[in-house]
Amino acid sequence: MHAEVIVLIEQCLNGLQFGLLLFLLAAGLTLVFGIMDFVNLAHGSFYMLGAYFAATFAALTGSFVLGAVLALAATLAVGMAAELIAIRKLYDRDHLDHVLGTFGLILFFNELVRLVWGPAGMNLPLPPFLSTSIEILPDVYYPAYRLAIIAVALAVALLLYIVVMHTRIGMLVRAGASNREMVDALGINIQLLYTFVFGVGAALAGLAGLIQAPILTAQIGMGENILIVALVVIIIGGIGSIRGAFIAAIFVGLVDTIGRAFLPELFRLVMTPAAASALAPALSSMLIYLLMAVVLVLRPQGLFPVDGK
Amino acid sequence: MNKALAAAVALMACASQPALAQQKSIKIGFVSTFSGPTATIGNDMRNSFELALDHLDRKMNQLPVEVVYEDDQQKPELGKQKTEKLIESDHVDFIVGYIWSNVLLASLKPAIDSKTIIISANAGPSQVAGELCSPYFFSTSWQNDQTPAAVGRYMNQKDVRNAYLIGPNYAAGKDMLAGVKATFRGTIVGEEYTRWPDQLDFSAELSKVRAAKPDAVFVFYPGAAGVQFLNQYVQVGLKGQIPLYTAFTIDETTLPRQGENAIGIPGAQQWVNDLPNDANRKFVADYKAKYKASPSFYGAQSYDAAKLVNSAVVAVRGDIARKADVIKAMEKAEYASVRGPYRYGNNHFPIQNFYLQDVVKGPDGMPVLKTVATIVKDDQDGFHGKCMLK
Repeated sequence: MHAEVIVLIEQCLNGLQFGLLLFLLAAGLTLVFGIMDFVNLAHGSFYMLGAYFAATFAALTGSFVLGAVLALAATLAVGMAAELIAIRKLYDRDHLDHVLGTFGLILFFNELVRLVWGPAGMNLPLPPFLSTSIEILPDVYYPAYRLAIIAVALAVALLLYIVVMHTRIGMLVRAGASNREMVDALGINIQLLYTFVFGVGAALAGLAGLIQAPILTAQIGMGENILIVALVVIIIGGIGSIRGAFIAAIFVGLVDTIGRAFLPELFRLVMTPAAASALAPALSSMLIYLLMAVVLVLRPQGLFPVDGK
Repeated sequence: MNKALAAAVALMACASQPALAQQKSIKIGFVSTFSGPTATIGNDMRNSFELALDHLDRKMNQLPVEVVYEDDQQKPELGKQKTEKLIESDHVDFIVGYIWSNVLLASLKPAIDSKTIIISANAGPSQVAGELCSPYFFSTSWQNDQTPAAVGRYMNQKDVRNAYLIGPNYAAGKDMLAGVKATFRGTIVGEEYTRWPDQLDFSAELSKVRAAKPDAVFVFYPGAAGVQFLNQYVQVGLKGQIPLYTAFTIDETTLPRQGENAIGIPGAQQWVNDLPNDANRKFVADYKAKYKASPSFYGAQSYDAAKLVNSAVVAVRGDIARKADVIKAMEKAEYASVRGPYRYGNNHFPIQNFYLQDVVKGPDGMPVLKTVATIVKDDQDGFHGKCMLK
């Protein structure tokens, strides 16, 4: 196979993998935003906690998979606890108070992690069956772990789809996103629904974090940069829409990765190598924000706005 | 009568000891990164600086030493603010530290404008070695291009014919890749600059490397990014296929998290923990005893910075208001550096040896860094010609 084709396939897979990861983060964020009308900047903290929990539990149990499952349960618990203790008190305030309150939570969780795990960060070693490369097509090798990420994230997306579209809880979630007061008026325990949705969102962020831990290592503050990208995803996808988050996440992942991979070569065709290598990284890191700006101009509500908003 | 006598005594006392009258302590500001993913580097620097002060009984020429530590959070604008704060409100006599080239470049002007002596214990941007050089600036590390240039020489020795270069897109990353290109005689098949410091996933770059099939890859990723790059290099299965050459990517702050993945990967450095001189043996042994960890080159350079300041304070007998004499004394580098003796060039960057380092299994099975050979002796940076100082 041509080298160029191989690179293109690999880069598409890289972009898809990054996009699906973003989806796991954005799904929780968009649900919380859509249903509770709540801006949660501390979402990235659950991503970080997922990574730290997984590294800790995997070291304790000696099993990567068991560590991951325990970490999911732990982030779900921390997310629900955070909702009961702190977040609940903020719902009635305006968005600026949400931002300030959850920014405080970021500082709290960062300091907590520093106290509990120390400043150095943690490794989550991969089990041998995941730390190899697989020949997916003739001459195209791809890391087994990144394929596993794609599979797990797609499975979670499918599960979310089934739960949201075809179950009673999902119906309440959708109803909550469209018209909160109506759900409340129909006698549904909206408080419980909020706690549940917030916990699931936190667990999804934790899943994204623990998935990234073997690649990036668990670090204090690791959730802050990726949260910005996740916010871009939900703005493009339309706030409150899981389907929008899914499509926008994959779109953003592909644009970011493909841009990083091919912009330098593209620029070298029309300018000197020095100018190209100075300009291309700068532009490729702006691409997703340009994308967001274009979407905001053409469709201010995002690509898939939730009805009734 | 008594009053006149007392005045005479006071006058005599002043006349006999002019130096001690004005200086009561030596105040040093220390700017480094103490929070975030790269805090381990800052901690290693602080630990080593404190150890040097312990070795000096926390005194320089009998004057007590006071240190103010400031966290730059790896941000240039914050580093500049902290530097200004140290000068304007703490009135420090010396400023030491600076891991990051972009932070140092932002912080340089306030120090030099106020004629405060500033010592970089790590960052060595090419601009400071060349057109931005100043009598008030000293380095106890290297100029950025020198270490990768030594790696380039080693790649020539290994008959590497073509190589792929990867580094972060900021001042030091550009210097490092330029450094390799200055000495490496083979062809460069690809060059990648990644977003810094927040890009930690290198999948797109590693896919391009695999497609380009180079003889070798050169990489510069300091701190936590070095852990992520190396672990991903192994995960995509490139370690056994394409030899990796590094500068500032594997050190004692990253090795605990790189582990086995780092074994057999060469790099260059002006200091390695096993260099056979007395000052170094004492530094490494006492550091291990005090902190239960191994010092890194960042620490070694910070330890040297404290000793360099001390040598100048002693040379002027504590009268550090004589700035010109302090600078002259520092230019001599008359102290026992843990890297062994070195000289200063006209731009106040060291002229020194660079060694080949390798990662091997230590006696307890944990990976350790060790010196393999001397790549280049008495190496001077390539920018000193652009510096106006004589």
